[in-house]
Amino acid sequence: MAVETPPRVTAGTPSTTAKPETGQPWKERWGGLFFVAPFLLLFVLFMLWPIVSGLWNSFFNTSLAGVKQEFLGLQNWRDLFGDPAVWSSLKNTLVFTAMSTPPLVVIALVMALLANRKGLLGWLLRFSYFAPFVLPATVVTLIWVWIYQPGFGLVNGLLTAGGFTEIDWLNTENRAMLAVVITTVWWTVGFNFLLYLAALQGIPAQVYEAAAIDGANGRQQLFRITLPLLSRTTGLIVVLQLVASLKIFDQIYLMTTGGPNHATRPIIMYIYETGFTSYRIGYASAISYLFFAIIVIVAVAQFKLFSGRGEAE
Amino acid sequence: MPPDPALFRPGRRAVLGGLLGTLALTGCGALRSQPKVREWNLFGGGDGARLLQIHQQYVAEHPDVLFEAHTLAWGPPFYTKLAMSAAGGRAPEVATLHLSRLKGFSPTTMLDPIPVDLLADAGVTESDFLPTSWNRAVVDGKLYAVPLDTHPFVLYYNTEICQKAGLLGADGKIKTVKGVDAFLDMLKAVKDVTGKFGASVETTNPWRLWWTLYGQLEGKFFDETGTRLVLDDAKALEALTLMAKLAADGLTPRSSNYSALVAQFTNGDAGLSFNGEWEVTTYQTAKMPFSMAPFPVVYDVPKYAGDAHTFVLPHQSNRNKDDTKATVEYIAWMLKHSAEWAAGGHVPAYQPVAKSDEYLKLKPQAEYRSVAPDVLFDPDAWFSGSGAQLQNEAAAAFSGVFSGQATPKDALAQFKAATQKLLDTPSPV
Repeated sequence: MAVETPPRVTAGTPSTTAKPETGQPWKERWGGLFFVAPFLLLFVLFMLWPIVSGLWNSFFNTSLAGVKQEFLGLQNWRDLFGDPAVWSSLKNTLVFTAMSTPPLVVIALVMALLANRKGLLGWLLRFSYFAPFVLPATVVTLIWVWIYQPGFGLVNGLLTAGGFTEIDWLNTENRAMLAVVITTVWWTVGFNFLLYLAALQGIPAQVYEAAAIDGANGRQQLFRITLPLLSRTTGLIVVLQLVASLKIFDQIYLMTTGGPNHATRPIIMYIYETGFTSYRIGYASAISYLFFAIIVIVAVAQFKLFSGRGEAE
Repeated sequence: MPPDPALFRPGRRAVLGGLLGTLALTGCGALRSQPKVREWNLFGGGDGARLLQIHQQYVAEHPDVLFEAHTLAWGPPFYTKLAMSAAGGRAPEVATLHLSRLKGFSPTTMLDPIPVDLLADAGVTESDFLPTSWNRAVVDGKLYAVPLDTHPFVLYYNTEICQKAGLLGADGKIKTVKGVDAFLDMLKAVKDVTGKFGASVETTNPWRLWWTLYGQLEGKFFDETGTRLVLDDAKALEALTLMAKLAADGLTPRSSNYSALVAQFTNGDAGLSFNGEWEVTTYQTAKMPFSMAPFPVVYDVPKYAGDAHTFVLPHQSNRNKDDTKATVEYIAWMLKHSAEWAAGGHVPAYQPVAKSDEYLKLKPQAEYRSVAPDVLFDPDAWFSGSGAQLQNEAAAAFSGVFSGQATPKDALAQFKAATQKLLDTPSPV
C-alpha cells in the first residue's frame, strides 16, 4: 500500500501560458493520451483496481481458498474494532515510527554536516555513510541477527567485556523493538543523509563568506544560516520518513517474525498473516483500509504543515 | 564487401513479424506430446539437498518427462504461493504438503483428488501405508494426499558427551529413560559434562516439545466435533511447568531460536537436542559423534509430536490427462525410492521401503522408526498444522515460559484465549 506524497507544485501563481484553443485538431488534443496510455493502463490495473477491489472485499468474507463468498455488510469493520490484535499491532507500528523517525532525521543531518567537506576524508565519510543503504533487507537482517545473538554476538560480546550482563535483544519483549530500530537506522539513514548533503551543497558559499566578514562564528553560521536554509529539506525528509516507517514490515519479518509474544508485530504483518496465512482476504482488506486511512491522515497533516511553512517564507 | 546498411535495415513490420514468428515457434514447443511434471516443494535444509539428488536420478530415468522442481521457503511463504496458484487454477502438477495442513488447505477447492486407479496402476495402494497416515489423507471419502514420510520429534545425543555422563549402555546406545525424575537426571548428568546445557531446544517455538509432553499426559485438545476447546488445564500446566523448570535449572537455554538450537548441539554446548529428525544430514556433514533415539517417555504414554510430508495435486482448471498420469507415476516412483529420502531423517511412509533392509541398515535414521505409529499430529482445524496460526500462537505464548517472562499459568491463559479466538473465527475454507 504505497502512498507517495504528490510532487509539490511550485508554480502557484496563475500561469501565463494560453489555454489550448478549442479549434485545435483532434490529434493534438488527444495525442498526449496515447503517450501516457501504457502507464495509465498499468496504473489502473495495479493501483486503482486493487484499491477498489480491496474496499469491495472488505464487505465480504472473501477467502483466498476460493470458497464461495457471502456479503457481510459491516461485519468485518465491527470485528476489527473489537480485535485486540489489530490495535496492538497498530500500536507497534506507531511505536516503531516514533522511535525510528527522530534518529533517522537527526543523525542524517549530523552525518551530512560531517561529510560536507572536500578531500579524501569527505569522500570516505560519504561512502561509508551511504554504503549500508545499498544492501538488501535480507543481508542487513542476517548480519544484525548475528550481531545481536547472545553468547557469541558482537553486541553482547562488548557488553560482557565491559562488565555488563548479556541482553537477549531479539527475544526480550521490551528490547526487540529497540534492536530493530537500531538496525533500521544503520541501514536506511544513508538515504536521508544523501538528501541533506545535496541540500547543503546547494547553499551558496557567498552566504557563509558574508557571514564570516560580519564576524559570525561557526556556531552562529550553523544555527542562523545552515539550519534555516535546510528547513524545506527537513520537512521533506520527515514526511518521507514517517511514511516509510509506517510501512515497516521487512526487517521485523526477517528478524523477529513479530515476536517475542507479538511484541514487534507491525500492522502490515498482521494484515499479511490474516490475508495469506489464514486466507481471510476480506477481513485483511478491512484492516488495511483502516491503516490506509491513518497513512493518508499523517501524510495530509504533514503536507499541510509543510506547505504552510513554505508560503510563510 | 560490406553490404549497404540502408538495404538491410529492417522495417518495423519486419521486426514485429519476426518477433511474432519466434513466439509462435516457442509456443509450438508447449504443444508437444511429452508429459510435463512441475513440482513445488518446501525443503530448504539438508533434506532439500537430498531431494535434489533423488530428482536427478528421476530425470535420468525418465527422459520422456519434462520435469521441473522448485524449492520455496518453508512455512507461510510456501503455503501462500501454493494457495494462490491453486486458487487461480494454474498450479504446478504436484506439490508437497504437510498432512497436518490438509484440512486447512481447503482440499475441495484448492486440491484435486488423487486418481486412486492410476496410483494402483503405478503399484501403490492403501495397504502400503499405516492406517494412521492414510486415513488422515482422506477427506469426504476421497484421497487428497499421498504420504511420503512421517517426521517425529526425537532425541539427538552426542555419543562422546553421553559416554562421559554415563548414559550409554553396553551397546553404545543411550539407555532408555522413563519418567520425569529420570528425564531430569539424564539432563543434569549431561549438563555436568558440558558445563553449559543439557539439551538444546527451540525456545522461541516450543510447540513440538509442549505437544509431545501434553500428548504423553493423554491430554485432549478439541472435542469430537472439533468445534470446542477441551484443553485439560492441569495437564497443560504440568507440561509447561516442566518446561519452565528445564530453563530455570539451566538444563536448556532460556532463549534460543532454531539456528541456535542446531549450533548449540553442533559445538557441544549441549549434549542432547530435542528436535525433529531432519537435521541428520547437518550433523553428519559436521562429522559429529552423535546418534538418535525416540524422545523419552517422560509421562504416561508414548506419544511424539510429528507430522508427515505428502504429495498433493494442487487444483488446475484444465488438468491434462497425460500430465496427471506422469505425475502419479512420479509420486509412486518417489515412494519406491524413499529409502534415499529416509537417509535425510524422515521415516518412510511407504511400508515396503520402511521394512526394507536398505532402510533398516541406515544408522542412526532407523533407530527411531518404532515411534511412527505413535506420532501425534497437530489438532485438526483449519488454523492448525506446521507453520500455521495455532503454532504461531503457541510460540508467542510459550516462549515466555522458557525465558522467564511469563508464568506457565499466564502463558496457558494467553494460548487458550488465542485458540478460542481462532475457533470463533468463521472458517475461510
